[in-house]
Amino acid sequence: MRTMNILLFLCCAAILSSPPGCGRGTKSVTMAGSTAFQPFAEKLADQYMSKQSEVTITVQGGGSAVGIQSAISGAAQIGMADLVILPEEAQVLTTTVAARDGIAVVVNPANSVSALTTDQIRDIMNGKIKNWKEVGGADAPVTVVSREAGSGTRSSFEQIITDISLTEDALIQDSNGTIRETVANDANAIGYLSHGLLNEKIKALLVDGQACSNESITDGTYKLVRPIFLLVKGTPEKEVQDFIDYILSDEGQQTITANGLLSAK
Amino acid sequence: MSIIGEKGVRRILLVTAFSALSALLLIALFIINEGVPFIFRYGLRDFLFSSEWKPAEGRFGIFPMLAASVWVTLGAMAVGAPLGIAGAVFLSEFAPKSVMRIIKPAIELLAAIPSVVYGFIGVMVLAPLIRSSLGGPGLSILAGSIILGIMILPTIMSISIDSLLAVPQSFREGSLALGATTWQGVYLVIVRAAKSGIIAGVILGMGRAIGETMAVIMVAGNAVKIPDSALDSARTLTANIALEMSYATGMHRQALFATGVVLFVVIIILNSLATVVIKGKVARR
Repeated sequence: MRTMNILLFLCCAAILSSPPGCGRGTKSVTMAGSTAFQPFAEKLADQYMSKQSEVTITVQGGGSAVGIQSAISGAAQIGMADLVILPEEAQVLTTTVAARDGIAVVVNPANSVSALTTDQIRDIMNGKIKNWKEVGGADAPVTVVSREAGSGTRSSFEQIITDISLTEDALIQDSNGTIRETVANDANAIGYLSHGLLNEKIKALLVDGQACSNESITDGTYKLVRPIFLLVKGTPEKEVQDFIDYILSDEGQQTITANGLLSAK
Repeated sequence: MSIIGEKGVRRILLVTAFSALSALLLIALFIINEGVPFIFRYGLRDFLFSSEWKPAEGRFGIFPMLAASVWVTLGAMAVGAPLGIAGAVFLSEFAPKSVMRIIKPAIELLAAIPSVVYGFIGVMVLAPLIRSSLGGPGLSILAGSIILGIMILPTIMSISIDSLLAVPQSFREGSLALGATTWQGVYLVIVRAAKSGIIAGVILGMGRAIGETMAVIMVAGNAVKIPDSALDSARTLTANIALEMSYATGMHRQALFATGVVLFVVIIILNSLATVVIKGKVARR
């Protein structure tokens, strides 16, 4: 019995101590940052690694702020950030636009309002417009749903709409997905989320008369668009540059557009 | 017999015992080290009692979160304590043994359900129900209170059952012999004898309610404002830390650690209160 236990212990120890993914690659590249781009980066990394077996790419989330910080500190070779305006400390970094993402302003499908102007959106977010009838809808109170302070989607949204000081009645949700659920469940809610996550449970509004569609984002008529940046400090090593080139290649960009984001070009 | 020997085993167990203590100590030191300097710099009064939380503008007042935590916890008590105590009394005094054997494990299983599942049920079922029947955004203090009240049931109930069962059988026989009905005996004798255990259970449940994070983030709506009614959305101290920690840097990050210090102090006070109450019971016997 005791021998069994010891054997068991040794087996566990052996499993725990073997490095993950050992023997798979000699060079390793770490990416960190934007949770909006993280699933895309993971998919791209998988595709790239199946072709280039000598490189291991690790993708971590953490948010745009983490992406910028870890690119500056060197904790990650590539930082990912989805902000319209990068903060000042990011000026030391080389930026590459990997993709573009529209931000859709969404309401419940039961809501009769289907278009808003930028000014109306601002007034709703700031709590000046409190009832849907003020913008041509039913007589019902507006429930504003926003993201937490520091979210890349929120800061991009606020930078494009400008002059937002969010009403204190706003519900705060901590991801694109929970924003979608909240708006889908509440007939009076208004929120905003990444265009790639639109589905039939919510309704995207026309903003200044423009629909949030692939075409209007690509030709620049839709206003709420943010770039997704890849951030690199100094001159990138060869394998880092190769991977970035792969993301920008036709194949990489195809993966990006096939899964809901828009290509960089 | 053993390869390690008697002394060796004792040493290993000693180390394990102290590892829990050192983990507690390290966590406490870390939080205090990160959070307390900020409290002093910002001013304890401003930090606790100012109601403006605008990290981007350097305003860190946690009063709305403090108020929300208090309201949600009191609400959870209002839901959980009567249900828990009444259930415990029924199971220990009135129910046949066979019923107890089914219900008690079922209630303990309630404690094993992950909080994210409670939150999910709150978002999908409870919040829409509150929105359609009572108005407001649905994601509210009321929803948080109900969900937390259910989550703390196992704590309150199992401690209460244990302390009710610990009341000597002679108390029950004595009250029956004096002509009291079962309910009179329970109400006038048994519950009073088990009072400190029941109170300790309620206080421990309260500690759990204050510390719960995931379910509250999902159902309470997280608006930063001092709530006017139970139908308002609110953000608790725990939710504030969890929501913003991943993005926070500099002062903002320290402010979140300072929020953690406040929470830590509140929970230490509650737990010591529970310990004192339990000890008091032992001393009186």
